[in-house]
Amino acid sequence: MQAKLAADAIPRSQKRNSWIRTIQKYKVMYILLFPALVYFAVFKYIPMAGIIIAFKNYNLALGLWDSPWVGFKNFTDFINGVYFWDIMRNTIIISLYKLLFGFSAPIVLALLLNEVYTQWFKKIVQTITYLPHFLSWVIVYGLMVALLAPGDGLINMILKENGVQPISFLTEPAWGRLLVISSEIWKDIGWGAILYLAALAGIDPSLYEAARMDGASKWRQLWHVTLPGIRGVIILMLILKLSHILDAGFDQIFMFANSFNQEKIDIIDTWVYREGLERLKIGLATAVGLFKAVIGFILVLAANKIAKKFDGQIW
Amino acid sequence: MIKLTIGEKVWQAAVYTILILLSLLCLLPFLYVVAVSVTPESEVLRRGIVILPESFTFAAYKEVFISHGIGQAYKITLFRTIVGTALNVLFTVLAAYPLSKKYLPGRSPFLIFIVFTMMFSGGLIPTYLLVRSMGLLNSPWVLIIPHLISAFNLVIIKGFFEQLPAEIEESSRVDGASELQSLWRIILPLSLPVLATISLFYAVGHWNSYFDAIVYLNDSSLMPLQVVLRNILLNVATQSADSMANSGAVSQFAVQMAAVVMTTVPILIVYPFMQKHFTKGVLLGSIKG
Repeated sequence: MQAKLAADAIPRSQKRNSWIRTIQKYKVMYILLFPALVYFAVFKYIPMAGIIIAFKNYNLALGLWDSPWVGFKNFTDFINGVYFWDIMRNTIIISLYKLLFGFSAPIVLALLLNEVYTQWFKKIVQTITYLPHFLSWVIVYGLMVALLAPGDGLINMILKENGVQPISFLTEPAWGRLLVISSEIWKDIGWGAILYLAALAGIDPSLYEAARMDGASKWRQLWHVTLPGIRGVIILMLILKLSHILDAGFDQIFMFANSFNQEKIDIIDTWVYREGLERLKIGLATAVGLFKAVIGFILVLAANKIAKKFDGQIW
Repeated sequence: MIKLTIGEKVWQAAVYTILILLSLLCLLPFLYVVAVSVTPESEVLRRGIVILPESFTFAAYKEVFISHGIGQAYKITLFRTIVGTALNVLFTVLAAYPLSKKYLPGRSPFLIFIVFTMMFSGGLIPTYLLVRSMGLLNSPWVLIIPHLISAFNLVIIKGFFEQLPAEIEESSRVDGASELQSLWRIILPLSLPVLATISLFYAVGHWNSYFDAIVYLNDSSLMPLQVVLRNILLNVATQSADSMANSGAVSQFAVQMAAVVMTTVPILIVYPFMQKHFTKGVLLGSIKG
């Protein structure tokens, strides 16, 4: 068989033969791979083909093929719709805030933990701050209810005892975004810090010794040793996060949004769910989903390209 | 050890204080939830804010069990988490193994085929229509089959397999082991850390997800724990009329908090065991992904 594969000029019939032989040779491998290929083809690629719905006036009774084509009407309807600017603004603002604060908070935590030399204390703090990451958004919302509910929530009880009017944090539009962003930080600050802690552990301790010898203060050490030491990781993470600027966090917002605060925290994904599956504007909602997917795809490709430039420096 | 200057001591004190406050901020909501869930309403009315209850009652827990069918929800969630995770890991490993072989003809087109799905997707509505046309609506399997393999986890395991020394496997092959035997006897035992991490990621995902159940299921006896908790928190009328009969005995708030505790406790129980693995897991994920 080896000899046959190596031969330069193989007649066509024999060429096909060798192709079959290759498959036979790696038969087990292809059989192992097969279920995964079927899975991705069915559950990922068929829905991708399904985006043609975005160009149709989809009607559940008529189905995919018989629903009439409408060209780009769904897209122009979306862009001209009254809600367009609201949900775009909400999505981008919430994402940017999450990027700004949700991104820097774990770095600060990692820097603080890096200052701790008592190992058991460091471990305990880490164990406690990782924990919320493993809770669902439903549970986190439950904890928010415990703290913020208008009647019995802890904070409102305290406000009432001090003669202050209770605040409906969970329904007041003005509190919506703050709630979304602060709960995100609460949930993921410890988890996000893991990566930076690993990077910090990789900094050569002799650099700090040298800085101390030169009389550098804590701030100077932070500025000239620590931050340059983890700059690569920070930049990489920032680029990767930027590629998700249209993902403001569906599971979270879907839990936190209600008819009162929706105007401030409704995002593209929650809108698509409501319009598509609750109000059955299937063509329109699919078009919006596609709009988001295409922009997301472009951003991911761009981010990967930029991230590659930093590659050598990071790993 | 080098002696600390006064400035450095102040700095250290500040760091410890901030970290202690942050830890409390992460813990206190839980303590309050537990306290509320076991405090009789009469004590709440008498004392106001209760952090350390004087007397205990499990009436709220009883109410959650009886009126909100949380026992059934546990069953569904356990089914989803255990069966789902087992199938996830099985199929992910089966695919990752061939893809880790650089000599396998067609490897890179297959990889591109899979990785592309991480960057672009058909989105919610086409996926829903697909699941609907497959007749999976209102079947408990809808919580498992559409998430059978995560491309991200697949890439992590593939990366781990690739960096195992090829000689070990080759020597087993020389001894006459088949591909499957060497996967089972050589590769998998060497990959326990990454398998534990991936299982953890899958299991937490199953335990925590609620949206797919809301979209694909409408039979209330199929609802997983998170959806039941969500309904209780959002005061959505659930299941039976029993809740009416009992509603005088316990406050709605205590019932909500009891439900939060019951959903959180299983995670708190397994957390110490998971913790060993996940730091490594995150690093693996971020480097390979």
